[in-house]
Amino acid sequence: MADIARQPDETPAGLSAMERAVIDTAAPVALGLSPTAVAGACRARLNWAWLGLVPFVGFTLLFLVAPVFYLFHGAFTNAAGQYTLENIVALTGAQIGAAYWLSIRLSFVSAAIGTVTGGLLAYALILGGMPAWVRKAFNSFSGVASNFAGVPLAFAFIATIGRLGLVTLLLRDAFGINLYASGFSLFSFWGLALTYLYFQLPLMVLMITPSMEGLRPEWREAAEILGASRGQYWRMVGLPVLAPSVIGCFLLLFTNAFGTLATVFALTGSNFSVVPIVLYNQIRGNVLYNPNLGYALALGMVLIMAFSNTLYFLVRSRAERWRK
Amino acid sequence: MKTIRLFPTIITVLAGLYFLVPLIATFKFSLEMKRGELSFAAYQSVFQSDTFVQVIGFSVVASLVAIVLGALLVVPTAYWVRLKLPKVRPFIEFVSILPLVIPSVVLVFGYARIYGTGSFLPLTMTETGLNVLLVIGYVVLSLPYMYRAVDNGMAAIDIATLTEAAESLGASRLRTILAVVFPNVRSAIVSGAFLTFSISLGEFVITSLLNRPAFGPYMVQIGQDYAYQPAALAVMAFAVTWVFMALMEFFGSRRPGQRIFPRLRVSRFRRVGS
Repeated sequence: MADIARQPDETPAGLSAMERAVIDTAAPVALGLSPTAVAGACRARLNWAWLGLVPFVGFTLLFLVAPVFYLFHGAFTNAAGQYTLENIVALTGAQIGAAYWLSIRLSFVSAAIGTVTGGLLAYALILGGMPAWVRKAFNSFSGVASNFAGVPLAFAFIATIGRLGLVTLLLRDAFGINLYASGFSLFSFWGLALTYLYFQLPLMVLMITPSMEGLRPEWREAAEILGASRGQYWRMVGLPVLAPSVIGCFLLLFTNAFGTLATVFALTGSNFSVVPIVLYNQIRGNVLYNPNLGYALALGMVLIMAFSNTLYFLVRSRAERWRK
Repeated sequence: MKTIRLFPTIITVLAGLYFLVPLIATFKFSLEMKRGELSFAAYQSVFQSDTFVQVIGFSVVASLVAIVLGALLVVPTAYWVRLKLPKVRPFIEFVSILPLVIPSVVLVFGYARIYGTGSFLPLTMTETGLNVLLVIGYVVLSLPYMYRAVDNGMAAIDIATLTEAAESLGASRLRTILAVVFPNVRSAIVSGAFLTFSISLGEFVITSLLNRPAFGPYMVQIGQDYAYQPAALAVMAFAVTWVFMALMEFFGSRRPGQRIFPRLRVSRFRRVGS
């Protein structure tokens, strides 16, 4: 039995996969062995192949799954180790509830603005008859800008429309508009939304481009022949076809904004209480005075991001219907 | 015709302004350190700082180690899955994109708890352990991009046939991977490597929470202490990102097995002659 189990591996190395398969199944049968022996041989080979996954699965278990699972488990226990829903309920409390609400609003606003402006720019570039070099320039710029996030992005915006930023001074000296007196601040909700837009807009352009290019000219021609106006074409053909992609992109932008920490931190320090910042402060110094509440905070963050990503995958499969 | 083109033109110009104005403003701001004249004093001041050299060195080394570790983890796995276990490919793919759903702040929170005092693997208790954890964190962050780059590279070549050809010529499995598979996905790995590098070089969250003397936290500190140096750093960061993205694109669009650098004609002749 043991010999047979090892047999597949001892076949000459030069055989093709199909020849191997034939030998694997045919040889034991030819030897008059029972089906159980064949199954045993197959199982032995399968087990051996699975071993190749050990490094990857081991690594991800240790450094991706286990840490998150530990936090999730902690979210449902109290300091004494008993199971409880207290921490989850406490998430809706004044301080943390406000952090979630702020995070969701900021992510929603920045994703919505990013979706609309990025969609319009992609439309202008692809369907608006812009010269090829303009399209190319924007495309490669978008690749860079969507990756230009974090601390340097914050610095760039401070130098631009911070209190002493060049645009702030230019508006004040040349046009007499005092941005900061009129209530705007880079270190506020709208300032952050404007900063996020610098990576959200290009990301939207990159993601929506394939779908825009997939809008077939035949559809517009057919609509025109049937007497549709430009507006009718967009309302009844273009936008419905694009809608799933647009919604999908919005969801990705939302997740992208929701997880942003470095940009906020570099702009506002630890004062602007979005969820990632609260979590950051909690890790640094247990500011919530309750480790398990910190775990619940992390759980909530992952759940929101997982929810919006799952929605994205569902929507995407629908968006791909037209791309055949 | 003219009315149709007007609207797209306005949008394009506005978007172009939004993209370019912060860059121009930041660049101009970075030149204004000396009152009344434009100079590169801010850049000089950045490069003259010993701390800058130290943290950049630390970050570069950590990023390079992360790239090597990531490639060692991803290339054999992607190869093995495509060759032997095509059924688990969706599962492995799912695991590899998980870091997109799990924010780095949550990840490092878990690390701090699980690998802290009294753990079976108390990595956070020693300097070396913290460095190891940092590199591992970078590997996890770049896993989605690295895996996709390598897996796409493998999709472009016929792994099964190549492996069979290598085996019928008598190559061992290790030799097959090193001499056949690896050179064919080299461009894909390099493409993933550049993205990994651009993610981890200025990474802030994991780095600062593990208290590592690296570039990300250093930048934040500079931002709090100085006015003009941060602008200089931002300009340089943008330039570096641009270079990395261009290199990534360049390697990502190469044919499988294409050389990283074109071989010189002379050496080819010599080889034919000998």
